[in-house]
Amino acid sequence: MTHRVLSSLKVRTIFAHPFAQAIVLEIFAYLLFVYALPFIAGIATGKPAPTPVSIVTLYMGIVTVVVLLYFSSNEATWSQFKRPVITILTEQQNRTTVIIRWVIFILLPLLAGFQAYSGLQTTVEAPAELRSIHPAPPTAIQFKGKTLNIQGLNNPLRADQANFAKNVQAGAAVYTSRCVFCHGDALDGRGIFAQGINPSPANFTDPGTIAQLQESYLFWRIAKGGPGLPTESAPWNSSMPTWEDLLNENEIWQVIMYLYSATGYSPRTWQ
Amino acid sequence: MLSSDKQNWRPLVRAAFVIFFLLILFTDPALAQSPDPAYREFPLIGSRVALWLVAEVHLMFAAFMLGVPMFAVVVEMVGWRNKDARYDALAKEFVKLVVIAASTTAILGALLTFVLTVFYPKFFNYLANIFSPTFIIYPILFFGESFTLYLYYYGWDRMMEGAAKVGHIIIGIVLNIWGTILMFVANAWLTFAISPAGVDDQGNLVDLWAAITNPTWMPINVHRLIANVAFGGSIVAAYSAIKFLNSKNAEEKAHYDWMGYVGNFIAIIGLIPLPFAGYWLGREIYGFNQQMGITMMGGFLSWLWIIQALLIGILFLTANYYLWVGMGRISGGERYRRYIKYLAAILVVGWIVWATPHSIVASLEEARKIGQFHPLLGVLGVMSAKNTVVNLMILTTFISFLMYRRAGKEARGGGARRVKILQAIMVVSAASVVLFYGVYGYVDIFGLFGDPGSGTPAIIRIGFSVYQVAAVLAALFFVTLLDIFLFRRATTLGPMSWGQMPERSQYALVLLAVTFTWLMGLMGYARNAIRQDWHVFGILKDTSLDAYSPTLGFAAIVISVCVILFFGLIAFIFWLGELGEKKAKLTFPSSESKPAYEPAGSGGGK
Ligand code: HEC
Repeated sequence: MTHRVLSSLKVRTIFAHPFAQAIVLEIFAYLLFVYALPFIAGIATGKPAPTPVSIVTLYMGIVTVVVLLYFSSNEATWSQFKRPVITILTEQQNRTTVIIRWVIFILLPLLAGFQAYSGLQTTVEAPAELRSIHPAPPTAIQFKGKTLNIQGLNNPLRADQANFAKNVQAGAAVYTSRCVFCHGDALDGRGIFAQGINPSPANFTDPGTIAQLQESYLFWRIAKGGPGLPTESAPWNSSMPTWEDLLNENEIWQVIMYLYSATGYSPRTWQ
Repeated sequence: MLSSDKQNWRPLVRAAFVIFFLLILFTDPALAQSPDPAYREFPLIGSRVALWLVAEVHLMFAAFMLGVPMFAVVVEMVGWRNKDARYDALAKEFVKLVVIAASTTAILGALLTFVLTVFYPKFFNYLANIFSPTFIIYPILFFGESFTLYLYYYGWDRMMEGAAKVGHIIIGIVLNIWGTILMFVANAWLTFAISPAGVDDQGNLVDLWAAITNPTWMPINVHRLIANVAFGGSIVAAYSAIKFLNSKNAEEKAHYDWMGYVGNFIAIIGLIPLPFAGYWLGREIYGFNQQMGITMMGGFLSWLWIIQALLIGILFLTANYYLWVGMGRISGGERYRRYIKYLAAILVVGWIVWATPHSIVASLEEARKIGQFHPLLGVLGVMSAKNTVVNLMILTTFISFLMYRRAGKEARGGGARRVKILQAIMVVSAASVVLFYGVYGYVDIFGLFGDPGSGTPAIIRIGFSVYQVAAVLAALFFVTLLDIFLFRRATTLGPMSWGQMPERSQYALVLLAVTFTWLMGLMGYARNAIRQDWHVFGILKDTSLDAYSPTLGFAAIVISVCVILFFGLIAFIFWLGELGEKKAKLTFPSSESKPAYEPAGSGGGK
């Protein structure tokens, strides 16, 4: 009984120590980013999405900086925080501490070596890539022998209120016959081909795609597809097809109207 | 003292003459028509990097020279109004640094003209043809600026009393007017290259005034004015920090602690409105040319904003950190200690959101599972989220500052509680407005612009940041006003121990200055890289070997070299400047005289 009380007291005092608190915070943050975030994403969207390693590294870096700053922002806390480190580095008498020191001193270089080793390992995986998803559009494009000024261009069908529903309907037909395989039934970029494609098809329900683009931008992208991407969009491996030979101008404007109406977003307008 | 002053004076005059003659020489029409090559190759590093280094380091010096007098005059006025000699001495010490840096700035300016004329003659001649009248005015302005600076500094001790003091302050204001016009003129040249106006299709000048007042001119003017203050403050703070770390006695420590505090305070004041000025500039760029706007925000530069977010996160955090540590030297500061963890939590969340890229670097395997955008994190990648957190971070910094301000004092009187509640309501309401518009940036919950639950139209959404900013600025203003009123007759809880700052707080100040400088270089790169293969966008094509925007990685290296050069140079000249100097009497506010440790402008500054 007394033993129990004693050990629980000990646990308390340990967690009152800033160093322990910092470690707990770090572990908590890590679990949050690696396990809780995908879980929440799963609840929100029906499909858990892992947090990419690049993001976990970035976030952990930020958390570590703030944790260190927090504990060093007060003299008393900071000297308490440093004490275990100093003890481990300088203790002469206590055998356990000396052993811990040696373990750390041996493990640290090993860890660094392992890090270097695994960093140099080649894997079969394609390297992560930095693609610019929304490159600048050209000012004008050639469409079936006609010059279209992308800059300032509006969807001509949008003004036609009488046939609005009809146009959206026609756009839906284009979408289901042409686009759904990649961009998905739910317009979320998870069509049946999506698994085999890198980069992934655009997710139109995301606030970062069509919601922030002008309709003329979409027109350009749909007409010219992946092959029409400009230089800055290296490595030009987008599988988005070039539709200018398969769809006419009207059909492209219609499918654009469908995309906005089905996702509930409004296109960005020109000022 | 005198001997070192003379040393500062001579190179400046020499440099000014060099600039003047170079300008006359190269604006000469005969030279403009000569069949010279369009480019010459700079040995080893290439012309572009050479120009880049010189221009950037010159700009850093110029920013320092323009920024510091702006607040030095304010500090002088504070000293004059409150009859407090310490502020007067501090202001003079600020200006001393400007005087020391002046000649280097001028020499770098001359070097910049030189590199531009010799290695980019085509480009330079084009600009010279467009702007020739301003090229004549510029040297005159430059002389005006330098002579006013010397008059301001060397006349200081003779113009201490009565009307002479007023005259002296007026000289200080005139100095700032010169400086501001000077910068506006230079800005006309460089903004013209980004968003040319007042020229016909062939690039012939039609309207000089339109060329000067081109679309990005005013936004850059304002952005730079504010940034110069922030930058100047941070450099002064870093200078004090280094002096603090090298202090031999308690008196020196106290003085430089105080000086560093004032510098940091000024830097924060400048930092707060800076993001908003940046939005304005961004909007003008979008408005001028959408293609350029997209290159900047969504195209190959989009990754730059992630780096920017990390750096600005560092700025906010360091500024807060300095205040938190600073509460340790105020008796009474312990009372606020327990709130710091919540502020740190808000800052960490804000920083994380700000630094979340929209398109995430993911391995193929991860990308398969995630799709194009991460369902949760992708949401954090867009402007609405970023605007929201930056406003919240500004509010948090403000709260840190309020706590610092109150640390050593206790407001008295029955109304104090009510005023505090009112202040809390203001801060909370501002935060709520920010959050409301943040969420509304995604969904139109109440159907104000269309069907409830559908997306808010982009064109309306981008206007939201204005309301968010307005709410935050209003809260900042009124809460500060109430605070001044509240603590006017406050009891002091104990002495303020200037100089009792742990050393790491001083390293924080140095970090602040380095981050600021680096960020400035990075933003300059962004602004120029959007021109891509144009010298003057859409008008004068770059036909050199370097007719492409350098990659971010390469830019990072060049910018780092600029930062190292700048700090190396400025440390060296400050050291030189003090070689022949006698020890001046050092001051710092003691806690006995009542409003003493009220920093310059801590109340009225906002
Ligand atoms: C073979 C698969 C595939 C098909 C079929 C396909 N797309 Fe795509 N689409 C992609 C991929 C992959 C991307 C993302 C890469 C890119 O931006 O090029 C994309 C991107 C887009 C974008 C750009 C979105 C943005 O945010 O920039 C639009 C618009 C688009 N698709 C519309 C369509 C339309 C409309 C159709 C049908 C007419 C269609 N796509 C058919 C694969 C496809």
